[in-house]
Amino acid sequence: MALAFKKETFRDDYTYRNSPEAIRRFPFPFPEDRYMYSVNMEPHVPGAKGSAVEHILDVDEHYVAECADKAITLAQDPGRYAALPHTMDAQWDVLELIMDALANDYPEQFKLSKNGNVWSWENKPLNIKDTFTFGDRDTLPMEPFEYIGRQIQGDWTILDQRDNDLYVDAGIVTSQADWSLMFDAGMSFMQWHGPVPQAHEMGIFERALKYLLNMQYGSPVRRFNWTMTINPRLDTSPENYEQWGQDRNTVTPQNAGEKVHLRVELQTLYRLPRSNGIVFSIRCYLISLEDLATYPRWAKRMHRVLRDLHPDLAEYKGLVKYRDAAVQWLSKFDDGAPLELGTQAE
Amino acid sequence: MSLNSVNVKVAAIERVTPLVKHFTLVREDGGKLPPFSGGSHIVVSMDAGGKVYRNAYSLMGSPEDTDAYHISVRRQERSRGGSVFMHDKVTEGSALQITAPTNLFAISRMGRKHVLIAGGIGITPFMSQLHDIARNGFDYELHYAFRSPEHGAFSDQLKARCGERAHFYVDSNGKKLDIREVLSRQPLGTHVYVCGPGTMVAAVLETARDLGWPERHIHSEQFGAPPGGEPFKVALAKSGLEVEVPGDTSMLQALEDAGVEIDSLCRGGACGRCMTEVLACDGELLHHDDYLSEAEKASGKKMMPCVSRARCTHLLVNL
Repeated sequence: MALAFKKETFRDDYTYRNSPEAIRRFPFPFPEDRYMYSVNMEPHVPGAKGSAVEHILDVDEHYVAECADKAITLAQDPGRYAALPHTMDAQWDVLELIMDALANDYPEQFKLSKNGNVWSWENKPLNIKDTFTFGDRDTLPMEPFEYIGRQIQGDWTILDQRDNDLYVDAGIVTSQADWSLMFDAGMSFMQWHGPVPQAHEMGIFERALKYLLNMQYGSPVRRFNWTMTINPRLDTSPENYEQWGQDRNTVTPQNAGEKVHLRVELQTLYRLPRSNGIVFSIRCYLISLEDLATYPRWAKRMHRVLRDLHPDLAEYKGLVKYRDAAVQWLSKFDDGAPLELGTQAE
Repeated sequence: MSLNSVNVKVAAIERVTPLVKHFTLVREDGGKLPPFSGGSHIVVSMDAGGKVYRNAYSLMGSPEDTDAYHISVRRQERSRGGSVFMHDKVTEGSALQITAPTNLFAISRMGRKHVLIAGGIGITPFMSQLHDIARNGFDYELHYAFRSPEHGAFSDQLKARCGERAHFYVDSNGKKLDIREVLSRQPLGTHVYVCGPGTMVAAVLETARDLGWPERHIHSEQFGAPPGGEPFKVALAKSGLEVEVPGDTSMLQALEDAGVEIDSLCRGGACGRCMTEVLACDGELLHHDDYLSEAEKASGKKMMPCVSRARCTHLLVNL
């Protein structure tokens, strides 16, 4: 597969853009006009060719720029990577998962050869070539989870399974929608989901936790989540709130199409073999409302979802300040006619 | 990369004790098996000419050995048939199917020390757990009780691997495991793991609780035949079928034998996967699982057909 990696930024001058192909394959998350929480997990099996879920891990045109942005965030704030000492088995599990998947699905870009425990890894887009001993921390320049976490799009956390619960015991988190690894590290499943409105009363987290505790190796699961972000910014962390929080006051009905971005998270969970832990990946896709409206069906659906969103969810997702402006901008695409179910573009 | 079912063949069979055989399983296509975590089990499906037996067995080998899996099977006198089939019918070269490994008995990685207590064939999950313990450098003790010297499966190997950390209790020599003594001298932060006959598991749980151990530091696994019982009938609301559950067969097995599609995983009342909604029961549900809460059991609305049964004239489930 030919991949042309773009030169672009996710901060300062914000030169990030989606190509027509990237818009076409955008993982639009709304099959219905109304959105509410549900246990929307499904098996992470290969999806349609060319889609964001064609492969186990999705590498797209933003790969190089996103890894560069991740490196900037980590250099400014090394605390975005954290791992408790008992996660070392899980760290190697994750390194294996990512290297196997990339080398298998993108052979022109990534190469992995294994000679017993001696592995050679080549990442052509990032110009990395290393030979190391699997399981021996000292043969890599940093911990295995950080090493591989810098070479893959999205945020990754390692969940340790014990006491019939899951604990966030490691993470590399640089493109989060306003949550903090340093705040959540060591928390249990119910603790880190504590702030989410409505869903607790619906019993969603209890069911989701039971489901995850039973998840088997080789049968990963995925779900989509979403929020909105002003400007194509990956690092919307509480730590750097002063750099992006005020952008939410700058949205008008005139500039909403360009400024407001739908932020879709492809969340995937994999059982890890040696550690019996779980790795949770949150891959972020950004699209401006203007680009979304390339397909009027999507703009129409987005208009209805945003207009009718439960006030608690709008508050939790941080949309309140610019929701009206975005709804007004989107309204020109909505003729009020019924839309059939489904996330398709046309 | 779904690994829900893998075709394997038996590469070697070794008699370990008069009642225990050790089977080495390799992939039929010659490929690699997934690595796993210590304490994991697989479910082995045996095709006995029309009837399919499914039994869960702990993986005993090194989690890093992806060329072969190792299981040990004790011949169960009062068996549903699976272990007898493994002993009498399965030979080197036989084809079997296995599921991907699942772990309901993992080492707690936050533990300061780990006390492993095994009775008889209950030694098997510890054989792989000890690899995880060694790799991570955890502090531990192993206490292994068995009937008589010839029944001490793998005891020589364990002596060599564990040295002074392993303690053996041979019933016929009059040496008894004093659970209270072992547990009362452990430092704070210790976790205890027990796998063995029901009486031993119950005694360890009771003693640990009595000594004030926190619940989350007590881990147990009990494989063995789920309790049999009286035969009963179950009616299925969706398909309209009525299925007879014989006294020596689990309800799950009887449903599968009748061609009913039902999800399952551990087949031991622990994972919750086969949870079935009960629509009506004019008698008593006999819950034998560890999954449902006491309140859920009392409500009579759910049951785990892998281990639980009913004593009634009419049982209707939502299948």
